Amino acid sequence: MSDLIVVLPLVPALTAAVIATGGWRKATMWLPTVSCLTVGGIGITLAVRVLQSGPITAFSGQFRVDALGALMIILIGAVGTIANTYSVAYLRTELATAATTPHRARLFGVLMQLTIAAMCVVVTADNLGVLWVAIETTTIATVLLVGHRRDRASVEASWKYLVLGSVGVATALMGTVLVYFVSRQSGGDPSTALNWSSLVERAPHLDPGALRVAMGFVIVGYGTKAGLAPLHSWLPDAYSQAPAPAAALMAGALSTMSMYALLRFKVIADIALGASYVRTLLLAAALLSLVTAASLMVTQRDYKRLLAYSSVEHMGLIALAAAIGSPLAMTAALLHMIGNGLAKSVAFSATGEMLFATGTTRIDGVRGLLHQRPFIATTLGLSLLALLGLPPFSILASELAIVRAGIADGLAWAIAIALVVMLAIFTAVLVHALNMLAGSPGGATVPSESTAHVTSLTVRVTLVSGLLVAAAIGITIWPISQLLHTAAEVLAR
Amino acid sequence: MNDTAFVQLLDIAAGLVLVTSFAALWLRRLVAVARVIAVQGVALAAVAFVIGLYEHENELVAVSLMVGALRGVVLPGLILRAVRAGDERREVESLINVPAALLAASGLTLIAYAATRDVVALSSTPQVRALPLGVAVMLIGMLLIVTRRKAVLQIMGVLMLDNGIALVMFLGTSGVPLAVELGIASDVLLAMFILQVLTSRIRNKFGGTDLDQLRELRD
Repeated sequence: MSDLIVVLPLVPALTAAVIATGGWRKATMWLPTVSCLTVGGIGITLAVRVLQSGPITAFSGQFRVDALGALMIILIGAVGTIANTYSVAYLRTELATAATTPHRARLFGVLMQLTIAAMCVVVTADNLGVLWVAIETTTIATVLLVGHRRDRASVEASWKYLVLGSVGVATALMGTVLVYFVSRQSGGDPSTALNWSSLVERAPHLDPGALRVAMGFVIVGYGTKAGLAPLHSWLPDAYSQAPAPAAALMAGALSTMSMYALLRFKVIADIALGASYVRTLLLAAALLSLVTAASLMVTQRDYKRLLAYSSVEHMGLIALAAAIGSPLAMTAALLHMIGNGLAKSVAFSATGEMLFATGTTRIDGVRGLLHQRPFIATTLGLSLLALLGLPPFSILASELAIVRAGIADGLAWAIAIALVVMLAIFTAVLVHALNMLAGSPGGATVPSESTAHVTSLTVRVTLVSGLLVAAAIGITIWPISQLLHTAAEVLAR
Repeated sequence: MNDTAFVQLLDIAAGLVLVTSFAALWLRRLVAVARVIAVQGVALAAVAFVIGLYEHENELVAVSLMVGALRGVVLPGLILRAVRAGDERREVESLINVPAALLAASGLTLIAYAATRDVVALSSTPQVRALPLGVAVMLIGMLLIVTRRKAVLQIMGVLMLDNGIALVMFLGTSGVPLAVELGIASDVLLAMFILQVLTSRIRNKFGGTDLDQLRELRD
């Protein structure tokens, strides 16, 4: 079984190598989708095994998959499948309109797979140093994805993303190094002193004063990379300039990876320092993220930035659930990661088609989309409803659970703030969506050559499947309930 | 190496890492700043080298040579190339003037010492006593990134920040396990390389690397 942990990152890594040598052509363009489906399949296999017989380790304990890791692998597989299937159609259109070159299309395919390979390492590494290296690798790969179009705006976005991302991730490294120092000082063996499972075991013996400093760095660092306010300013630029499939992957899975890292460290901190330290930090970041997201979504004029701020909102909600920290809250946080991952990757894919159809990312440049592009309009509308937490989608379930857990835990005031803010976001998104979807095309004229653009059947099937899965989990949580609860037990206090 | 010599060499090398970060704030010519960052990389390698010799850890001595080559030669070399390619060697206003920057850096050094009091208290070795210097260098690197508006200077800030972390790594734990160390080194190298690629793209698109021109994206 431990072989699967080794194979897991090799699947996307080899796919990247094949595309790098073979180029982006008919024979290779579907390999990324196959690779992501394989990753998802391995995730399900590992999940079944973990639920039967406990965590699996590899490489003398440096890698380890527990229920949480398996759940994350499945999420990477699902979001990766949506994003990579859409890349095929996206790059085909870009190549047909000479918006990109075969060389850049190849680079795009390679980088998407490298990002997925690095994410697979993130969620299987027990060694927190290896986890950091993998997260930094995703940053480097996605910077080039953000810069794919090479125009002024995307160069600006990738610069800001790499500089602020580097500062954030470096801060997390400083925290990781200090955790290693504290662990060694309490008698940890050099080969396991940075391993998560060993740190959890020895957490009661770690020096609280020094660990507090270390955890401060870790939370600020990974919080920046996850897109939590106040250090979120790179995010709207990066997500809005990234090509739609890359934005789908980043918003759906990558930001969740940093949140995952943060939650792993939180387990150690909660045992060693008591709950209140991390809770205070996360609560502040969560509420600030929600308020920031709401205020910028109300006045937003760009639909990709609107979705980007929706990511800040949902990362804030996950941080809020993590701050509560009870088993119910952690289950809700994980369910929220899945719901956000599916809905956000579908929504960003839809914006790619919208951009091709209308030639603009401005909200007021899109009118009567429902009339002109019924499929894309419906997909975008449904994914927005999912993100707003309407039934039957799973975000409703996770949001209700966060509310219940928060009230039960004496954080009713924070929940009240969150609900007011979410009401504002609800109204804002609804108004923006109605403006884009309803009405007649009227003043906004569609460029005639792009009206020929049709969304391919594969893309339609993939996007609909993504929404169907999100709805199915919302209606009955049964297929993943055992995995979800076991994974939440790993994280809950 | 006897104890006194070790402590003295260690303090000189670690102190030099901090002094060079102040010098980077003070100097005005881009080429000079890049050279100072190179000296910082060498000083950092010297810290690892001295600790490696004193503790008879051959692995750390080997790592120190690698660090010296990477942070003392290769990365500053990449940056110097970017500076020369841009033909804009003369600096550059900063958001704050030199005395204010140096004052802020002194403040950050004090903050670094105050914040790591509990960490330093864990051990009484001369290495750990010098550990706050690494945190200070990291914070000064951030100051450089925030206050300077030239792309190359932000790259140097990122490198300085990483140097600070590496200093903490060597002083605190004689380095992290080798596999992780190699991963970190290759990531830093890649990030620097890509920053340089982006710098040339900025130059192509905006005609210079003045970051104040990057203002297309906002809400």
